[in-house]
Amino acid sequence: MKKIEDSLGRWENTTLKEVLDKSPEKEEAFKTESGIPVKRLYTPLDVEDIDYETDLGFPGQYPYTRGVYPTMYRGRLWTMRNYAGFGTAEDTNKRYRYLLEQGMAGLSMAFDLPTQLGYDSDDPLAKGAVGRVGVAVDSLADMEIIFQDIPLDKVSTSMTINAPATVLLAMYIVVGEKQNVPQEQLTGTTQNDILKDFIARGTYIFPPEPSIKLVLDIIEYCFKYVPKWNTLSITGYHIREAGANAIQELAFTLANAITYIEKAQERGLDVDDFAPRLSYSLGCHRDLFEEVAKYRAARRLFARIVKERFDVKDPGSYLFRTYSGSCGSTLVTQEPINNIIRVTIHALMGILGGHQAIHTASWDEGYALPTEDAARVALRTQQILAYESGLCNTIDPLAGSYYVESLTNEIEKRTSDYLKKIDSMGGMLRAIENGFVFREIQESSVQFQKQVDSGEKVIVGLNRFVVPEEEEFEEHDIFESDPHVEASQKEKLTAVKAKRNEKDVQNALREVQNAIDRDENLMPHIIEAVKCYATIGEICGVMREKWGEFRAPTYI
Amino acid sequence: MQARRIRVLIAKVGLDGHDRGAKIVARSLRDSGMEVIYTGIRQTVEQVVNAALQEDVDVVGLSFLSGDHLVFVPKVIQGLRKKGKKDVMVLAGGVILKRHVSDLLKMGVHKVFLPGTPPAEIVQYIKEHLTRL
Repeated sequence: MKKIEDSLGRWENTTLKEVLDKSPEKEEAFKTESGIPVKRLYTPLDVEDIDYETDLGFPGQYPYTRGVYPTMYRGRLWTMRNYAGFGTAEDTNKRYRYLLEQGMAGLSMAFDLPTQLGYDSDDPLAKGAVGRVGVAVDSLADMEIIFQDIPLDKVSTSMTINAPATVLLAMYIVVGEKQNVPQEQLTGTTQNDILKDFIARGTYIFPPEPSIKLVLDIIEYCFKYVPKWNTLSITGYHIREAGANAIQELAFTLANAITYIEKAQERGLDVDDFAPRLSYSLGCHRDLFEEVAKYRAARRLFARIVKERFDVKDPGSYLFRTYSGSCGSTLVTQEPINNIIRVTIHALMGILGGHQAIHTASWDEGYALPTEDAARVALRTQQILAYESGLCNTIDPLAGSYYVESLTNEIEKRTSDYLKKIDSMGGMLRAIENGFVFREIQESSVQFQKQVDSGEKVIVGLNRFVVPEEEEFEEHDIFESDPHVEASQKEKLTAVKAKRNEKDVQNALREVQNAIDRDENLMPHIIEAVKCYATIGEICGVMREKWGEFRAPTYI
Repeated sequence: MQARRIRVLIAKVGLDGHDRGAKIVARSLRDSGMEVIYTGIRQTVEQVVNAALQEDVDVVGLSFLSGDHLVFVPKVIQGLRKKGKKDVMVLAGGVILKRHVSDLLKMGVHKVFLPGTPPAEIVQYIKEHLTRL
């Protein structure tokens, strides 16, 4: 090392100096997207503190820096799982079957906002939002249509659903039952991460305590009866999208994970019984190396946290398995076709970062939901990278890069420091209540905007290489939601209500209410309620009545 | 005596929870010296109209990211007019298709700010156009 240090010094004073004297570098200081200083050159000196065995190790072994599985993509590719869903159940069923025919391996369900907030399509508050940003689900009848001719023992389904996750999972279980697929065989994910909704996504309904109770109900129920289900996907993606930098994204995600694990323990669950079914989701933002380092640091830090803080025996409890996706905020509406390139870089980060599932956004998502053609390009992007690029021949190919390893260390260190700060406040729930998290995200968001405004952060087509207005993209091929969806969804709901046995529904709803009073796991009762076609609005209505609604703090 | 500061209500109406943009605009307007009230997410039309009245604002800025602007904008404007608040400048911004801009202007919106607008442009627009209302 001494020898390298000496020759580095010589190089700086001779070869480098001669050039710098004549032509200085573009910037005085280079930084990653999240503001971590970047040196001109990384050498073995920057990684000399790394102990290969304890810091990097081998794929599928603690601390999992190099990947969660021993063979990674040589054994099995990641799951290509693009987020989709819109309009009515029929529209969504058609899109899903199309995507599966095109070679997509797993579904990722987008629900409309009324569904995400536990309102039926005929609720006055649902007006204007039915079927708009995702599919409308009022009752089991909609889920039956969505999965018509899609065998639930063959596909895995990830549901971006949080506050009413119990209801949607219950419906999925019953649809499986009707297809003769027992719940033991179902595979998929409920996002079910209400803490990040308080922090960033905004689709929360109930106050924190009952909200976390519902999260745990799913964890506990699935441990017993749906063992292959990923019960909770602890998600940094939306935190990043709300304006956080990479360090905050990772720190808040891990702090949320710690909170859920502690709360599950308080409920009497053994960490090894549920932690192996937890999964994680992080964003794919702009800075390729920073993002790859973030994913590697995340795996290592999570494993270390679990080892340090919890008593685990099952190695599965250490695994930071991830579903990552394009950060929509990095896409722009100026010359939108260029978003295909941005999304390619997102997928590249995901692959080099060793994710288990990847979502690629469509180039037109800066405007609206994707058209079928745009959705296909997004899927093809992953397929080209998977099959044409040689990216998947070896595991964790950026390991050993002086820069990437050094950055991985730096992100781990900065994230640990952040976590200490949250610990010293009394944990994540306190940091949410006292507004810390909101202030931190907002300050990063403001800083990002200032850097875009000043041109320090370049966005091609937006603040650099801008085309004149008349040459801008024509918006003719953009998806617009069908204005008839709301009416047809309401009609369908009325028909379902007319056909069902009202007495059974009322009894089932009363059972849910009684179970809340007795503080039981609600899942079995919600399953009974959805079976007799009780609606999401009715079931969440019972909960609203019992628990009230919540408003998270806001900070500008 | 100092002139009254420009008062702005930034509002999110409907069920959408994306408010990064709304909060960035709110901060920029505040930093430029305006008095800014942000409603928070998931407000009803009535709540927004009442807030505009109570806070006696000069400007109402509506932020949309879920495609429901054509549903809510006319309702907010009607609500404001019905309550006698006719002199208020209504602005809209967010993920809005260009082809919807003329519809929104016809409904009574003074200006629509499309994705990528630098916040300073919004500050400037308000300062330049407010007195002429």
